[in-house]
Amino acid sequence: MTEIQALARPTSARRDTAVLVEGITKRFGKTQALAGVDLAISRGTICGVLGPNGAGKTTAVRILTTLLRPDGGRAEVDGYDVVAEAEQVRFRIGLAGQNAALDEKLTGRDNLRMFGRLYHLSYRTAAQRADELLARFDLIEAADRVVQTYSGGMRRRLDLAASLVIAPAVLFLDEPTTGLDPRSRNAVWASIRDLVADGTTVLLTTQYLDEADQLADHIAVIDTGRVIAAGTAAELKSQVGGDRIDLVARYAADLSLAAETLSRLTGSPARSRAEIRQVSAPTTQSGLLTTVVRELDRAGIEIEDIALRRPTLDDVFLHLTGHTAA
Amino acid sequence: MTAIALDRFRWTLADGVTVVIRNLNHIRRAPSQLIADLIVPIVMVLLFGYVFGSAIRVPGGGNYREFLMPGLFAMTAVSSVAVTGQLVAGDVQRGVMDRFRSMPMARSAVAFGQTGVDIITGTMGLIGMALCGLVVGWRIHTGLWHGLAGFGLLLLLRYAISWLGVYMGLSVKNEETADKLGMLFLPVSMLANTFVPTSGMPAWLRFVSNWNPISSLVAACRSLFGNPGAPAANAALPLQHPVISTLIWSVVILAVFVPLSVRKYYTA
Repeated sequence: MTEIQALARPTSARRDTAVLVEGITKRFGKTQALAGVDLAISRGTICGVLGPNGAGKTTAVRILTTLLRPDGGRAEVDGYDVVAEAEQVRFRIGLAGQNAALDEKLTGRDNLRMFGRLYHLSYRTAAQRADELLARFDLIEAADRVVQTYSGGMRRRLDLAASLVIAPAVLFLDEPTTGLDPRSRNAVWASIRDLVADGTTVLLTTQYLDEADQLADHIAVIDTGRVIAAGTAAELKSQVGGDRIDLVARYAADLSLAAETLSRLTGSPARSRAEIRQVSAPTTQSGLLTTVVRELDRAGIEIEDIALRRPTLDDVFLHLTGHTAA
Repeated sequence: MTAIALDRFRWTLADGVTVVIRNLNHIRRAPSQLIADLIVPIVMVLLFGYVFGSAIRVPGGGNYREFLMPGLFAMTAVSSVAVTGQLVAGDVQRGVMDRFRSMPMARSAVAFGQTGVDIITGTMGLIGMALCGLVVGWRIHTGLWHGLAGFGLLLLLRYAISWLGVYMGLSVKNEETADKLGMLFLPVSMLANTFVPTSGMPAWLRFVSNWNPISSLVAACRSLFGNPGAPAANAALPLQHPVISTLIWSVVILAVFVPLSVRKYYTA
C-alpha cells in the first residue's frame, strides 16, 4: 500500500452504498447499547446520526471502525465486512473521535508524518501528505510547534487532518464539534463540506440538532440503541407538522387578546406561555404573517418579536421521543 | 502464503520502528526532559551512597557505594513499568490507541515499539548512572565481558518489566492511575537486597526479599561486577544461582505479559 488514492472497490451490487448496517446489536453487561440498528449511507453523502448522550452513537461508530465487535447483525463499510474483513476496512476509513487523538508532545507535522508512516506510506509520500494537510487545514504556521500549545480548534483541525491521511472512502466523525467555539465550529463544518464535495462519504454523530440540520443529507435519529426515525431534515420536520407563528407581546395584559387574534387568523388554537409573554400557533397558509402583524397593530397590541418558524429538529426530537435532545 | 507472512513481519517491524521514532522525537521536541532524566540518577547515587553509606555495614566488608550501585541499577530497571505504563495509558486515554487500532498497522507494533524505545532510553539512563557510579568509586572488577553480561541482564529484566507496564497501561486506561500504580513498584524494588543486606531482616521479610526477582538481579550484578555483598553459601535458592534465576524470571514475565498485552490491545 503505497498510494494515497482509495483502492479499487469490490464490484458489489451495493456499489452506491458506502455504509450498510443491518440489525447490529451490542450489549455491555446489563446495558443494551445497540438494540438492532439499521442504516444505509449513499456514497458521497453526509449522514448525521443524531441522538442524546448514551443513545449508542459512539458504540455504533466503534463497531463500524472495527474497534468493537458487534454481538449480532452485520455491517459493511465500502463493501467490506467490518468483522470478517476488518483489515480491508481499516485501509478505507478515517476516524476522528470525541477528543483529539494526537501525540501532545510531538509537533503537528510529526503527528501527521507518523500516521502517514503507519498507513505504510513511504517517508517521502508521508512528508508530502503532511504538508498538504497542514496547508489545507490552515496549520502551516503552527506545524512545528508541539500540539500541547495548540488551541482547541487547532487540535480539532489537526485531528481531522490526521483522519484524512489516506484520503479515506468513508470518514467517521464522532461529535466533531463538541466543545468548540462557534468560529472553530464553522471552520470544521466548512472542511467537512469540502471533503464531501471531493467524494468522501461522511458519517457524523452529533447531539446538536443544528449541526445535523446544517450538514447532513440524511439523518438517522437514534435513541436507546435504536433508529427511531430516518430521512432528510425536511422529511423529519414534516413529521411534526407545518410551520408555526411565534409572537412575543410587549405587555402581559395583551396576551389573551393576542392569542384570540392569532387563533382566529390561523384557524387553529393558539398556545400561550405567560412567563415569556409568548403566543404561538401552527399554520399552513403562507403569507399569513403580514396579515397577523396588521391585525395585531389594528388591535393596538405592541409586539416585541414575531416570526414564522419552521419546525426545528428539536421539535422533531421532542415529538419522536417525548424528551428533548439535550 | 509465506510471502504474505514475510510481508506482515516486515510491516510489524516497520510499524514498531515508527513507534520507536515517535518516542525518540519526544526527546527531540523537549530536550530539557533528558537533562531532568540524567539528574535523577546523580541525585540517587549521592543520596543513597552517602546517606545510607554512612550507616550500613556491608557483610564481608567493602565499600557501601560499590555494594549500592547494582541495587540502584536494578531499581531504575524496575522503573520501566511506570514509564511504559504511563505512556500506554496516556495513549488509551486520549484516544490515540483507538486511532492506531482503526488503522491498518500491525497489531503488535505499538507494544513492541513502546517496549523497544524503553530499551534505548533505559540504556542511556544506565550509562548515565554508571558514569556517576564511577565517580563515587564503583568499579567493575571482573573485566569487560562480565561487565557487559551484567548490563545485559539489567536490560533484559527491564525489557520484561516494561511489558508488564504495557499490560498495566492498557488495563487502567488512565495516565494518572498508571503513574500512581507504577510508583508502587518503588517499594517492591526495595523489598530486596537493593540497599541493605537481607540477613538482618525478620524471617518472613527475608523470605519475600530473597525470592523477589529484583534480589536475583542485584545479586547477579554484584557477582558479575565483582562488587561486595555476595550472598552467603546458605542463601535462598534463587540467590545461590542469581544469573540463572534472573534469566528464568525474565522469560516467565515475558511469556505471561507479551501474549496478555497483545490480546488486550485488540480489545482495549
